[in-house]
Amino acid sequence: MIQCRRYSAFVLVALLCVLPHMLDRYWIDVCVSIGLYALLALSLNVILGQAGIFHMGHAAFYAVGAYVTAIVNTQFHIPVLWLMPLAGCAAALFALLVARPIIHLRGDYLLIVTIGIVEIVRIALINDVGGLTGGANGIFGISRPEIFGFTIKKSMQFYYLVWGMVGCSVLLLGWLARSRFGRALSYIKEDDVAAEGCGVDVARYKLMAFVFGAFWAGMAGTLYAAKMTIIAPESFSFMESVIIFAVVILSGGSQLGVLVSTFLFIGLPELLREFSNARMLLFGLAMMLMMIWRPQGLLPPLPRRYNVQAALAALRRRKAEAEPEHKAKAKQGEA
Amino acid sequence: MSTVSPLLSLCEVTKIFGGLVALNDIAFDVRENSIVGLIGPNGAGKTTVFNCITGNYVPEQGSITFMGHKLVGKKPHAIVEMGIARTFQSIRLFSSLPVVENVLAGQHCRLRSGLFASMLHTPAQRQEEKRALERAMDELDFVGLADKHAEEAGSLSYGNQRLVEIARALASDPRLLILDEPAGGMNDQETVALVDTINHIRARGITVLLIEHDMRLVMQVCKHLVVLEHGTMIAEGAPDVVSKHPDVIRAYLGAEDEL
Amino acid sequence: MEEFFQQLLNGLAVGGIYALVALGYTMVYGVLKLINFAHGDLFTIGAYLGMTLLVSSGMAGSLSPLLVLLVVFIMVALLVALVGCLLERAAYRPLRKANRLSAVVSALGASIFFQNAVMLIYGARLYVYPEDWRPDFTVDILGFTVPGVRLLVIMASLLLMFALHSFIQRTRTGAAIRAVAIDQSAARLMGINVDRIISLVFLIGPGLGGAAGMMVGIYYGQIDFTMGWSYGLKAFTAAILGGIGNIPGAMLGGLLLGVIEALSSAYISMAWKDAIAFLVLILILIIRPTGLLGERVADKL
Repeated sequence: MIQCRRYSAFVLVALLCVLPHMLDRYWIDVCVSIGLYALLALSLNVILGQAGIFHMGHAAFYAVGAYVTAIVNTQFHIPVLWLMPLAGCAAALFALLVARPIIHLRGDYLLIVTIGIVEIVRIALINDVGGLTGGANGIFGISRPEIFGFTIKKSMQFYYLVWGMVGCSVLLLGWLARSRFGRALSYIKEDDVAAEGCGVDVARYKLMAFVFGAFWAGMAGTLYAAKMTIIAPESFSFMESVIIFAVVILSGGSQLGVLVSTFLFIGLPELLREFSNARMLLFGLAMMLMMIWRPQGLLPPLPRRYNVQAALAALRRRKAEAEPEHKAKAKQGEA
Repeated sequence: MSTVSPLLSLCEVTKIFGGLVALNDIAFDVRENSIVGLIGPNGAGKTTVFNCITGNYVPEQGSITFMGHKLVGKKPHAIVEMGIARTFQSIRLFSSLPVVENVLAGQHCRLRSGLFASMLHTPAQRQEEKRALERAMDELDFVGLADKHAEEAGSLSYGNQRLVEIARALASDPRLLILDEPAGGMNDQETVALVDTINHIRARGITVLLIEHDMRLVMQVCKHLVVLEHGTMIAEGAPDVVSKHPDVIRAYLGAEDEL
Repeated sequence: MEEFFQQLLNGLAVGGIYALVALGYTMVYGVLKLINFAHGDLFTIGAYLGMTLLVSSGMAGSLSPLLVLLVVFIMVALLVALVGCLLERAAYRPLRKANRLSAVVSALGASIFFQNAVMLIYGARLYVYPEDWRPDFTVDILGFTVPGVRLLVIMASLLLMFALHSFIQRTRTGAAIRAVAIDQSAARLMGINVDRIISLVFLIGPGLGGAAGMMVGIYYGQIDFTMGWSYGLKAFTAAILGGIGNIPGAMLGGLLLGVIEALSSAYISMAWKDAIAFLVLILILIIRPTGLLGERVADKL
C-alpha cells in the first residue's frame, strides 16, 4: 500500500513536471487554477481533514490574502511575491480574531458560522469597506510577480510558480502532519474529550489549526492576485468555499488524495465543457456519485510510521543494564 | 493529624446537576504513594468525584488541592500537565489510531517542540520524538502490550484496551493516577494480572486512586477506602474496618451487590 | 410608526417563509444528523412548479382565484415532497452509514444538480409570477393599510406550522418521529420502522419547503433559479439560530430572522442586511452555543 502510493506520487510529480509542455495555453491556465485550488485544499485539509473542524468558509481567508496583496501592491508598489508572508499573516490574524470566540462551537453550528464569515467578508468587499476594496468591481492593475528581476507573465511560468508552491506545501504540511502537532489534531478529531483528558490543550490546538490553515490560504491568495491581476468579490463566494470543502472530503484526507481530488473537481467541469449548459448539472451528479462510490474518500491517510524497532532496542539495552543492579539488590534482600 | 501534607485533598466538594445534588460535601485526602479505592453502589457519584478532580466538571462548592495547588477552575489538560492522569470508565481510546500513537498522546504534554519545529523536523524535534517514542514503548512494555504497538486500538480486546489506557495515562508522567473501573470487562486472569500492574505502578512512586466494582481487587490492592452513597461519604478507612461498617453493609446489601 | 409596523409585518411574512424552509432542515437533521443542502433547491422547484401549474390552470378561470391558489398550493407541496423522498433514496440512503460529511457533500452535489436542472428546463432568466392569481386586496389594521397577500402569507405559514406542531406532538407517527430523532437504534428496537419514518420526514420537510417556494413567488411576484441558495442559507441560519433539530426552534428562528432582516434593511442598511443577519447569528451563538432553544448537551464521560 505504502509502496503503491509512493510510486503513484512519483509518477504524479514527473507528470506535473512535463505536463505544461504537452498542453496548449488554455489547459495550462486550467492547471494553474487547479494548482491554486490544490493549495487551498491542502490548507483546508489541516483544519477539516486532520483536525475535523467543520469549516466551510475557507474562501474568506483566501480573499483576505488576495485583497491585502492587491491593496498593498497597487498603493505602495511593493513586489507581489514579497507580500506573500504579509498576506498570510493578515489572513491568520483575521482568522484568529473571528475564530477565537467561536472555535468551541459544535460541528454544525461552527459550519454555519464559517459560512456566515465568508458571506460577511464578501458583502464587506462589495460595500467597499474603508474605501479600499473597490466595491463590486474589485481591484485591478496588480503587478506581475518577479523573481530575481525575472518577471513572470506567461502561463507556463505561472504553472511552475504555483505548482512549485504546491510542492513545498505538500512537503511542509506532510512533515507537520507527522509530528506532535499532527498527532494532536488526530486525537482531537477522533475524540476531543479523551484528547483533553490526555493533556492536549484542545481549544488551543483547534485554534492553531484554524489560524495556520488561514495563513496558508492567505499566501495562496497572493498567488491568485498576481495571476489574475484583477480581483473582485465574486471570486470569493460561498460556492468557492463549498468546492474546496468538497475537494477535501472527497480526498479522504491524504495529501495525494487532495491533489487527485482537486484534479477531479476543478478539471471535470472543464472536460464537461462540450456539454455547455448541462455541464454543472453533470458536475452535481458526479459529486453525488463519487461520494456514494467512495464514502470514505479517495485516499484516506496512511498511518504515521514510527521507528519502533529502534525504540525497542533501546528499551532492551536499558533493561539489560538494569538487570545486574536488580539482582544485586535481590541478593542484599536475601542476606 | 498527619504531619505530611497529602498529595491530593478534597474539601467540602459539592456538585449539583440541574438542582440535583450529585455530590454533597465530599472531603477526603489521598496520601502520597498510597493506593486509595473509591467505592459505592451504582450512581453513588464516584465518577463525578473523578470528573471534579480532573477538571471535566467544576464543582459548585469546595476546593480540591493537589501538591499545594488549587485545581478547581483549571482545564483538564492543565491538570494532566500538573501530574494527574486518568482513564475513563467507558474506554476512550483513539480507536482508529495505532496503539503506539494512543500511548504517545500521554507524552504530548511533556513535549515542547512548537509549530515550526514540528513542520521543519529540526534535529531537536527529532531527538524529542525519538525519546517520546521510547517512552511510549516503555509504557506499552510495562503493561505487557509492546508487541501490539501497530494494531488499531479499537481492534484490541476489552481488557487490553483498558491496559492501553493505563499506558497512555502513565506516559504523561503522573504523580497521581486515577483509574475508573480498570477491571471492567476483564476476565479473571486479566484481573489478577491487573493487581500486579497496579502494585508495580505504586512501586514506581505513583499514587493511585481507583474506582472498582470488583471487591476482591479492591480488598487486595487498596490500603484505604472511601465509600460513597447517593453523593455522600458514608465511611472511610482501612478496608477491613470499612467492610464491617454497618452503613456500608446496608448500602451494599440494599443495592444487592456483593461485598 | 407606520413604517415600523409595515416592516414588522413584512418581516413576519418573510420570517414565516424562512421558518417553513427551516423546518425541513431541522427535521431532516433531527432524524439523520444531516444538513440537507439541497433543501433550498427543493424550495426553488416548488416556486417553479407553482408558477407552471398556475399558468396552465388558466382554463379553471371560472373558479375563484383563492381556491385555485389553494389547490395548486397543495399540489406543489405533494410534488416537491415526492422529489424530496426520491432524493433521500438516491443520494442519502447509500451514505447512511458513512461519515457525516460525505453525505453533506452528496447534498451539495444534489443542490448543484437541482439548481442546474431548473435552469436547463426553464432557462436562466428571471420569471414573473402570474399576476392574475396574485391576491390584490388590502386590509385595514389599526388604521394602517396592509396588503392582503402579506397577511395571507403570514396566516398560511402559521397555519402550516401549527399543523406540523400538532402532528408531531399529538399523533403516534409524530411520536415515532421524535423517537427516531432521539435514538435511532432504540427506536428500531421498539418496533418503529426507521426507514419509513425517515422517508416520511423527507416528505414533510420538502413538502413544506416547496409550499414556501410558491409563497415567495406569490409574495414577491418574481423568482429565479438561484433563489434556493440564498433562501436555503437563510433558512439554515434560522434553524441553527433556534437550535438545530428543534422544531419550535426552527419556527422561532425563522420568524426572528425575518424580522431582524426587515428591520435592519429598513433602519440600518439595505446593502448590509445579509451581513447583519449572520452577525446576529454569530453573536447569539457566542452567548448560547446551541442556539436559542437547542439543548445544552453535556459531554458524556
